[in-house]
Amino acid sequence: MANKGDWVQLQSTILEPGFRAPQVPKDTAEVPLTQWVKGWLMHDAKVGDEALVRTRTGRQVSGKLVQEAPSYSHSFGAFIPELLQVQEGIKQALWGEEQ
Amino acid sequence: MKNTSYAAVLGRKNQIMKSAVGLDYSQFESGSIGFDYEGMMASTKLSMDQVMEVMQSFNVGNTPLIELKNITALARKYAAPGKGARILVKDEACNPSGSFKARRAALSVHMAKQMGYKGVITATSGNYGAAVASCCAKAGLKCIVVQECYDSKGLGQPEIVEKARKCEALGAEVIQLSVGPELFYVFLRLLEDTGYFNVSLYTPYAIQGVESLGYELATQCRKQFGKDPAMVVATNAGGGNLTGTARGLQKAGCKVPLVAASVDLKGLHMASDTQFNRKSFTTGHTGFGMPFTTWPDRSDVPRSAARPLRYMDRYVTLTQGQVFYMTEMLVVLEGMERGPAGNTSLAAAFSLAQELNQDDLLIVQETEYTGAGKHQNAQLAFARENGITITIGDPKDQVPGESIILPQTPKQLTATEVDLTHLRQSLIRGALGDATTMPIENDLRFLAGETGSDLNFVRTTITRLLEERHETN
Repeated sequence: MANKGDWVQLQSTILEPGFRAPQVPKDTAEVPLTQWVKGWLMHDAKVGDEALVRTRTGRQVSGKLVQEAPSYSHSFGAFIPELLQVQEGIKQALWGEEQ
Repeated sequence: MKNTSYAAVLGRKNQIMKSAVGLDYSQFESGSIGFDYEGMMASTKLSMDQVMEVMQSFNVGNTPLIELKNITALARKYAAPGKGARILVKDEACNPSGSFKARRAALSVHMAKQMGYKGVITATSGNYGAAVASCCAKAGLKCIVVQECYDSKGLGQPEIVEKARKCEALGAEVIQLSVGPELFYVFLRLLEDTGYFNVSLYTPYAIQGVESLGYELATQCRKQFGKDPAMVVATNAGGGNLTGTARGLQKAGCKVPLVAASVDLKGLHMASDTQFNRKSFTTGHTGFGMPFTTWPDRSDVPRSAARPLRYMDRYVTLTQGQVFYMTEMLVVLEGMERGPAGNTSLAAAFSLAQELNQDDLLIVQETEYTGAGKHQNAQLAFARENGITITIGDPKDQVPGESIILPQTPKQLTATEVDLTHLRQSLIRGALGDATTMPIENDLRFLAGETGSDLNFVRTTITRLLEERHETN
């Protein structure tokens, strides 16, 4: 349960399939145009509820509450051994075997 | 109550833009093909000194020009005797928001403030969002960034997710959308609802801001090395980086061949929901570079101030694997973690330098910050998770959206030449529309300028196009 004033993320559909721009490719035309915004919740609500937020510029936006206290989880990703190999190869190409 | 349907909002485009850019574009139109490009650029009424003052007020610019001695030494190993120019890079990552885009944002945000707007909006998934957010933080303006970020399953490109983080960290409101060109529709509705300024990447302010980069680069090069560069290489997407740099170099009286460089993403559709996350570069690629070069007026303003075909002397492409390889070279030979997307021009420089003499200077005019999500390791890990094969081999065998091939040796770091004649013809064909007669002299002159060619080339191209039309009719 999120309380009024909590920082949350909302999701909403801007354009349903069938109302997409005429120039989009088929795969895109078959899915909706979806929007995600973050803001301070204007009333108590739980994930999945229709909710209203006030955004950082003071706009009021509605949508389905999808995340409470949204954060970032992007990272440097899994180990890529090829990059290590590339680095060693480049060093050797300039400095030679003594590296 | 205004009609908010897609068609209705797009129908109000010109009216919305006029109040959101503070510039009436119709005054520059001729009524036929051409328009007064230089008149439009001069409409800012700002001198280079004034532009530089604005840059300084945002702590933008004055970035170091660094000689990459080890990369130069390595390039010379693959060059003919006496060949292999000194490679220099302008470390634009030192700007407050981590890229040259700070220059593009500074002047626009300054003007928005001067004109009394309460806030600004920009549509970008790139470094420009952070640049605008950073300048707005300093100017005390509200800021909305609209970005295309996720596919319809909600899977986000890590580089774009990182840019959302940076924008939000700098105080902006970020609106994220799934894949599709209707981002422009959302953008227009926001402009209409808020009355904010459109800090488009493509206004005269944005491009004049980038002119400071070309101007600074020339003066710095003369001061540090006592001469002009023999070549400048710029990463090319929407064309503003190249256009602004070229104009700045010209204003400094520096006549130097300018080479555009893009990552080759041939075959991937930029508006495709399923292909969106199959590319490892979200900018600096041919998916923007080619269409914006052959038809610049596809942006969020009626006439784009970025017109790269006017200024490029050559256009080369690199594979994704080659740019990742160069990004590692910059790390391991020069001790600099940057990019990767901003290193496209640097990857091109490696083979271009081999064409020049050893006492020549080749300048790569930007770097960009790196970090979680953006870093080459993050990009390759994301690609692998999404079924892209990653190997070490011959980059020429790479198929965008299916494979990424990192070169086996620096010798394979070669740029591929794009046929500029073909691009020039393509622009002329588009401008001609469905005309059946030779355009008026003023339009021919405009097209000569527009394509960086001459009247003879334009006439010959149009004559052939008209003949083809008569034959098919």
